[in-house]
Amino acid sequence: MNAILGGGFADPPTQSAHAFRALLEAMARPGRIHEVTGAAPPAPISVAAGVALLTLTDSTTPLHLAGPADSEALRVWIGFHTGAPLVPADEAQFALGHWHDLQPLSRFRIGEPAYPDRSATLIVELDQLESQGARLTGPGIRDEARLSLPEIGAFRSNRALFPLGLDFILTCGSRLAALPRSTIVEDI
Amino acid sequence: MYVAVKGGERAIDAAHAWLAEERRGDPAVPELTVAQIREQMTLAVNRVMAEGSLYDPDLAALAIKQARGDLIEAVFLIRAYRTTLPRFGQSRPVDTAAMAVDRRISATFKDLPGGQVLGPTFDYTHRLLDFALAAEGAPPPAPKAPVRDEPVPHVTALLDRDGLIEDQPTDDTPAPDLTRQPLELPASRALRLQALARADEGFALSLAYSTQRGYGRTHAFVGELRIGRVAVEVDLPELGFAVEIGEIELTECDTVNQFKGSKTEPPQFTRGYGLVMGQSERKAISMSLVDRALRWHELGEDFTGAPAQDEEFVLSHCDNIQATGFLEHIKLPHYVDFQAELELVRRIRREATQIREAAE
Amino acid sequence: MTGQAYNFAYLDEQTKRMIRRALLKALAIPGYQVPFASREMPMPYGWGTGGVQVTAACLTPDDRLKVIDQGADDTTNAVSIRRFFQRTAGVETTEATSEATVIQTRHRIPETPLTEGQILVYQVPIPEPLRFLEPRETETRKMHELEEYGLMHVKLYEDIARHGEIATSYAYPVRVGGRYVMDPSPIPKFDNPKLGGNPAIQLFGAGREARIYALPPYSDVVSLDFEDHPFTPSKTDHECDLCGAGDSYLDEVITDDRGARMFVCSDTDFCASRQAQGHRGRLAPQGDTP
Repeated sequence: MNAILGGGFADPPTQSAHAFRALLEAMARPGRIHEVTGAAPPAPISVAAGVALLTLTDSTTPLHLAGPADSEALRVWIGFHTGAPLVPADEAQFALGHWHDLQPLSRFRIGEPAYPDRSATLIVELDQLESQGARLTGPGIRDEARLSLPEIGAFRSNRALFPLGLDFILTCGSRLAALPRSTIVEDI
Repeated sequence: MYVAVKGGERAIDAAHAWLAEERRGDPAVPELTVAQIREQMTLAVNRVMAEGSLYDPDLAALAIKQARGDLIEAVFLIRAYRTTLPRFGQSRPVDTAAMAVDRRISATFKDLPGGQVLGPTFDYTHRLLDFALAAEGAPPPAPKAPVRDEPVPHVTALLDRDGLIEDQPTDDTPAPDLTRQPLELPASRALRLQALARADEGFALSLAYSTQRGYGRTHAFVGELRIGRVAVEVDLPELGFAVEIGEIELTECDTVNQFKGSKTEPPQFTRGYGLVMGQSERKAISMSLVDRALRWHELGEDFTGAPAQDEEFVLSHCDNIQATGFLEHIKLPHYVDFQAELELVRRIRREATQIREAAE
Repeated sequence: MTGQAYNFAYLDEQTKRMIRRALLKALAIPGYQVPFASREMPMPYGWGTGGVQVTAACLTPDDRLKVIDQGADDTTNAVSIRRFFQRTAGVETTEATSEATVIQTRHRIPETPLTEGQILVYQVPIPEPLRFLEPRETETRKMHELEEYGLMHVKLYEDIARHGEIATSYAYPVRVGGRYVMDPSPIPKFDNPKLGGNPAIQLFGAGREARIYALPPYSDVVSLDFEDHPFTPSKTDHECDLCGAGDSYLDEVITDDRGARMFVCSDTDFCASRQAQGHRGRLAPQGDTP
């Protein structure tokens, strides 16, 4: 039970402020990797994914848990620390899971032409997150950035929907990066 | 020699100190207490509660004192305070049919169950300055009548029984809240009513008046106006039942408006609705007229371009805190924009003059 | 009001989360106005409530905050907002652009180039660039959706027909990433070139109109113009009379009632730094220290 009641921010105003700055910088500069701390969610959820949940979700943000992320322990932890209602993929404002568990991405909301912001943000758990691999260009990137992505095609299809589309927070251990819909992803 | 203006901080402090002195006025005159304002400036307190969207007569009275009697400034203080309050939940809908009425009048029926209760109204006072009030002193006691222990059903419910007024199905969808979600248009009637309940009384009054003069006319009768106290109840999921947490005073107005109908559909009267915190009669009537005018689309009427029919216009401009903030912001420095305009005007004038001179 | 009575940076955590979510979506869709549930703040609408909410959602206790109005740190509303955050967030403040991590501004972009790690927060009165052409939100939202920006070009072209040039000198509309037309807030068009390719994060908050939008670093931002009438970021053709700068935006100060005037940098930190380095303008006090 302690594992559930614990693991949240001890000092939410300060810790969530630092965590948000990392998320803001990450979303503003796609591909940049940031270290975050302060969350200890139940296994197998990463610290970074826990930090993102604590910082961004609450009782007003429907959340979808995909695959092994949809565990009893995590459901209780989320209920206690954020109160986010758990929903099917097509109703989710946020989703959490491994890349393959989140598939197919077409289940998630991509926004409406008049309100492209009404789209899901996917918190994607990855086994590795390094500044190498796919080439990223676009807003937030001066020349180019590199990021180890689980695949290329899905992000290219997502970019083609712009200004609609999904936004991604990529997490691995205590590290996170982000990939907004505006980023052009190439396999070079 | 030019020295750049500094000392904004000192100026602000001095201005605040001066403001406090002005607020107090002549120290030889006894200071107003918050309780005096609450008890003797009740209608001002009610207006501040209504437009501030916070039912707390003591805080409203304090705000009026702090604002030197500027009611919009007082509403602003209340709104700013209200935003910082935690939300514990939503009450059950208040039951205005069970209201303990101080005043209840109908313009559509001479007498009706529950009776006509004039209550503490200015209506039939002759507007003659009462110099006796300047002398101060207790008023003579008002005569008391025995409590009428009978239900006071809504006039609209009586009409509804005979099918003479449009049906108003109950709706269990959670009420929207424009203080928690950005306004999206078109808005639901519930959201419009929330906006109107908070709206500036003067703005609502003028719009309602404009409908009477033909800008979106709706032929309104005051079916009923009632003022009194209702219980506020909150569901406690842990207990499985609702608990009364207090009482608030409300003013409610139901208008009965021109009927609609067709060859196949028998004609029915339609409704306009106003509900305002405290005793705020002018506001409640205004609100119900504007509500009715805004319902043109739903009732299949024509949009005549009248301001009171225009949802986006009404909702975007009815809030006096938004309006006064933006209006008054033009007194903030705009040197930079103005300089940009100056530079442009000077250049265009120079070029125009050159062209004219070249032509001569 | 005492600092202790309120949460860090005034807003409650749920409100900050709501604003933070809007900020992330705003960065993901550069130039698009994200609706947010703007709160009533203890300062009037139109006086920076949007900027204040964005700043409050971004601040950490480690930040160094700079607040400017018209480019100046000591204008009364800048003083008032700076004090608000000193009191409610206890953050360090600075007047030096290069030392600030968060800068809240009204109507200017600092002259000193911004860097990575800095956030510039704009106070926005009317976020909708099409508002003066079409007052209805329901219509302008459709125009953005369909990229129907012809009306804006017609308006600019009418200016050229009448005045020989585009008669918009501030709040000059831009197009972001070839998609959304955006209002850069009422900055002089002199500042427009600093919007694009900027290493800092630029966030825009409109409290009364309940909109947040953003420019990620190094964004592609183009001031609207025509091939035969290219955009020019003009300013008054003078040097600063205090620091001698020829490339900064100037305020005009009327010094008597007989037509005498002087021009001084609107960016007070920039001007003071130059004077401290020994630069002198036409009317500067002579000597070592200004």
